[in-house]
Amino acid sequence: MTSSAITATGLRKAYGDKARGHKTVLAGVDLDVRAGSVFALLGPNGAGKTTTVHILTTLLAPDAGSARVAGYDTASETRAVRAAIGVTGQFASVDDLLTGAENLRLMADLHHLGKREGTRVVDDLLARFDLAESAGKQAATYSGGMRRKLDLAMTLVGRPEIIFLDEPTTGLDPRSRRTMWDIVRELVADGMTIFLTTQYLEEADQLADRVAVLDRGRLVAEGTPGELKRQVPGTHVRLRLADAARLDAAARVLPGATPDPDALTLRVPSDGGVKSLRSLLDRLDEYAVEVEEFSVHTPDLDDVFLAITGHQSTEAQTA
Amino acid sequence: MSAIADSLTMLRRNAKHSLRDPVVLFNAILFPIVMMFMFVYVLGDGFDVGGGAYVDYAAPGMVMLALCYGMGSTATAVNSDMTKGIINRFRVMNISRAAVLTGHVVSTVVRTVLGMAAIVGVAFAMGFSPSANLGQWFAAVGILVLTVLAVTWLTIAFGLAAKSPESAGFFAVPLIMLPFFSSAIIPADKMGPGIRQFAEYQPFTPIIETVRGLFNGTPSTGSTLAAIGWCVGIGVVGYAWALAKFTKRG
Repeated sequence: MTSSAITATGLRKAYGDKARGHKTVLAGVDLDVRAGSVFALLGPNGAGKTTTVHILTTLLAPDAGSARVAGYDTASETRAVRAAIGVTGQFASVDDLLTGAENLRLMADLHHLGKREGTRVVDDLLARFDLAESAGKQAATYSGGMRRKLDLAMTLVGRPEIIFLDEPTTGLDPRSRRTMWDIVRELVADGMTIFLTTQYLEEADQLADRVAVLDRGRLVAEGTPGELKRQVPGTHVRLRLADAARLDAAARVLPGATPDPDALTLRVPSDGGVKSLRSLLDRLDEYAVEVEEFSVHTPDLDDVFLAITGHQSTEAQTA
Repeated sequence: MSAIADSLTMLRRNAKHSLRDPVVLFNAILFPIVMMFMFVYVLGDGFDVGGGAYVDYAAPGMVMLALCYGMGSTATAVNSDMTKGIINRFRVMNISRAAVLTGHVVSTVVRTVLGMAAIVGVAFAMGFSPSANLGQWFAAVGILVLTVLAVTWLTIAFGLAAKSPESAGFFAVPLIMLPFFSSAIIPADKMGPGIRQFAEYQPFTPIIETVRGLFNGTPSTGSTLAAIGWCVGIGVVGYAWALAKFTKRG
């Protein structure tokens, strides 16, 4: 096997619609994902993330371009691709009327694991995903976080080489999100390749080895999370002052700060930690600088988009 | 071989769905029995069906009603599979894709045949006394199973074509009404003009007449041929439509 788990060249896709006309979703996307790595496709709603996943997972044929997944062509070697991948979509695709254990069993049966091996795999996954207690309950009664876990567990029954996670934490509470991140890290430790789509810069930063930014069907940036963040203003404190004189005064006592005379704001680089914030406040106090407003700003998807594309991510949103 | 194994897996899944949804069981088995009681005990004596006990006249029609009542849940279930994401999971797995449909077809046929058997059982308890011989029984069962198969495929096509599970379920409404405008409850020639012609020419009438004739031990070749023709026609259209929709959506 080559060292690339996924490659794509020139993927294009447009949807024709009589009512709304022609809409280009992907306008030539190239991808190269190293085996055993986590690759994050970052972008707002409507950027083409799910379409990309659908093409790579054989659900959709591109209008142009080609893709190889696990060494197989997605168009001509569909079955081999399907045998090598696992997909967890944006909306948990679990069977509500079946229990958690039965959902996993269904997957085991469809993978023809046999009775004993199937039981072993199901029990393992229930224990590993902390679902053993609710294994006998119908999935309809599960919380959002549990459904996602069950969904991912179902994907893992077939021991895929490559896992596609389409917005795995959208709509989850922070605690379930962290649990999901831990699970993804464990999968990587097992040697799986993960292709992840997300709207959250933090998620890409936490999990991915490489990140590609998708905007209106085009890749506008690609690199490690570190490289990407270097293009984006880092975490900083934003101070708003009452007038130009106070802004000047504040800028003088805070070296490295960037004043914006029009908005009467001052951007002070900071890690956002309690210690550095306290020393910043102490310094302002020491020089008797009165501050109207004080906020800590951590970079998010909007900042990435503003820095890379020059427009807000929400502009790319489609209705 | 794996196509058969996958279909059996899907059949188990659908069977569990049927058993767990009280509405499905009620519609498929209990409701037709309630209707049977209503027509035979409450209304039956008021109908003139040309001699003989009303239960003997009504049993084949009630069997047809039982067939129709269970179909709505199949249309809903097929549509839910397509619209609620689970189909995408099946599609990206290396499994026989038709297994999803096969599972629905087989589970619907089994469930419906059980419902129809229950109705026949209740009819016997109410004094149903058919004079069919063994061969005629087999023929009646054959015609009924053929009808179930045909209507099931049409139902699945509706389930696949509908935009939402709710509108898929709505398909059952005309299907449930159809037996009332046939010779199921009273003979077609007792109906008003317009309705009578409709009742005479709609597919359920020859199917019901065939089964009634077989039960009475007086099979009619004309209605039998018409019944088989209708079943094959409905089945082929349903199958082709379902397959086209499944390929398009799947």
